[in-house]
Amino acid sequence: MFSFFVIPFCLGVVLLLGISVWKYIRWIRGFDKRQQVIIRRNIWSWRFLPAIWEAFREGLLHWRITKHHLLLGYMHRSLAFGWFLLIVVGAVQAILACPGGHPFYVAIFFNFFEPRSERIVHFAQAPFYANLMDALLIYVLSGLCLAAFKRVWSRPLGMRQTTHHNLIDRIAKLSLWCIFPLRLLAEGATAAIYGNGGFLVTGVGALMAAMGLDNEIFEYHLWVLYSLALGTFFTLMPFTRYMHIFTEIFLIYFRQLGLRETVRKDGYTLFELSACSRCGICIDGCPIHDPLGIHDTQGVYMLQNIRNKDVWKQAERIADNCLVCGRCSTECPVQIDLEGIRRQVRAKGKEAIDKSQSYGYLKSVHPFNAMGRIGYFGGCMSHLTPSITESMERIFRAAGQDYWYMDKERTICCGRPLLQQGFVRQAEELRRRNSELIAQSGVTMLVTSCPICYQSFTKEYHLAIPVMHHSEYIAQLLKEGRLQVTPSEQRIAYHDPCELGRGCGIYEAPRTVLQAVGELQHTRQEREQSLCCGINLGDTVISGTQQAQVRDRAYENLVEGQPDTIATACPMCKKALARGGDTPVRDIAELVAEKMK
Amino acid sequence: MNKFGFQISRPRSINMDLSDDGRREQLLEEVPSYRLCIGCGGCTATCSAGQFTNFNIRRSHTALACNQTEGLAAQLDSCMLCGKCMLVCPRGVNLRGLIIRMRQMLGRV
Repeated sequence: MFSFFVIPFCLGVVLLLGISVWKYIRWIRGFDKRQQVIIRRNIWSWRFLPAIWEAFREGLLHWRITKHHLLLGYMHRSLAFGWFLLIVVGAVQAILACPGGHPFYVAIFFNFFEPRSERIVHFAQAPFYANLMDALLIYVLSGLCLAAFKRVWSRPLGMRQTTHHNLIDRIAKLSLWCIFPLRLLAEGATAAIYGNGGFLVTGVGALMAAMGLDNEIFEYHLWVLYSLALGTFFTLMPFTRYMHIFTEIFLIYFRQLGLRETVRKDGYTLFELSACSRCGICIDGCPIHDPLGIHDTQGVYMLQNIRNKDVWKQAERIADNCLVCGRCSTECPVQIDLEGIRRQVRAKGKEAIDKSQSYGYLKSVHPFNAMGRIGYFGGCMSHLTPSITESMERIFRAAGQDYWYMDKERTICCGRPLLQQGFVRQAEELRRRNSELIAQSGVTMLVTSCPICYQSFTKEYHLAIPVMHHSEYIAQLLKEGRLQVTPSEQRIAYHDPCELGRGCGIYEAPRTVLQAVGELQHTRQEREQSLCCGINLGDTVISGTQQAQVRDRAYENLVEGQPDTIATACPMCKKALARGGDTPVRDIAELVAEKMK
Repeated sequence: MNKFGFQISRPRSINMDLSDDGRREQLLEEVPSYRLCIGCGGCTATCSAGQFTNFNIRRSHTALACNQTEGLAAQLDSCMLCGKCMLVCPRGVNLRGLIIRMRQMLGRV
């Protein structure tokens, strides 16, 4: 059972396996020390079981993409799961048909060898398998048609924009697209001559004969082309976006083992970079893509730029121009830590100026004894919105809560804005000073009005006391009956701040509070899909004018239902939105303080 | 030195050889919105680091343009990037970007 046309395919498989294994070993060896410790600790556990399930669900069924858009999910699933089944069913078919064993390529080119080799026997379910293989081929081809259609008109598949691919990706895609039609034609030609195959290829073969094609001449050439397409695709795979097919499985397993992005780029980052399929789902949601016409900084392009190491400098520029609103990483079907990787690139660019001792002056802030009280941390931005901090003080007093307003006089930044920009050492210095002051004061809990500080305190500080955002705190006071409010009929549209919603997953607490003081409206894009107000501190490239353009989108979305008030839970969002139009913008603390009994 | 509340004024002169337009031009290129600055000083008034030190954003970028870089890098290091300056800027200047680019510019020298 051999024919010369199988050589390109076999060569492709050997290259694919060789290069992939070499790459993976190199990446695993490049893991950070701490990552290696985590792997060693968790490798002998049952965590591979959920990993297998997740790999099946995401790698083959593409569950998250399906949740994003049904038809898009079908497209990805038919190509991945369809092809997977073609390989598996083909292998089973070959095993059943060759009791004496067979070379591995026979499963792929089964229809070619079946009529020609005596070692292939006719088994009882052979027609069933032939028809099943044809049905699977239709399944894959339907996905292929959708993929081609998406390139022309992507809207029906739920995408406004598709990714711009580079040359090698496009060649690989072309070879992938050729594989299945060529298989159909090759099997059709064989079916026309030997009468084997299922319902589809028999029909195609008959059609080819009816069109006057001499199948005897074309058959072998078609099999050669099919094998060439497979060989080309497999050879290119490790160097293109199709590397994501295998890499995603590894990434899922490593993530289940407990690995996360570290401060600096390591082997894990390389897995994440290659696990990106460049599907482009991250593009549509990006708040600076449409309003500002910035088309090269989105997650997919940033990863692409990091992978092409020679354009590192450009990656730095691209990494800096992002609001870090978190919309893309929420929507990423592979759940790549886009923010973590972006921070790594930023940190790389700032290494030379990231000094470890910049804030000696903070020694002038002396610890205060507030034993047993609640600490209130307004945050830098709240100093520009005194109405929020005053409302919070009124709420504390009304609830009979003894509190200490930590940063009333002079405020020390929480360190997150620095960390977001990649100043790792400087951010750590601020965190250390704040932690010292908090620990020495003896407060029992920390309440903050700024979602940036909240995210920083909960995720980056390791405080021994609970931390609450004021929306959570007020919701708790209302629930416990320590605070009573008079409901009103004002219609309120709530703006989810990026850092509070997508950043910390707090969507319910502010809504509970608002329902107590007014009528909460729904907006078209809320919760995970909330639009950035534009002022988010993540971006150091765009100007104030551009920030205003981003804000306009968010504002339009909020005032669509003509609310009496726009509510938000972030001093920065409040400032940004207030400049957007005439509708009054209030923080939930203000709304509650106003309606207190 | 005793402070008498007055001093003998020396003739004020500007050393034009020191001024470096190249740096200002480069800053303008990297942070185009810097062109909009009217020097109102709102950024400096609200600055978080300014509450603790004599860090002065308005003076810093003028100083860099005039090549008066002595001690400037250390001053810029005290910025906490909290972003209050951008929120109060009436002209929408990308001040955090400006500070980072200035630090990078001085760091390269």
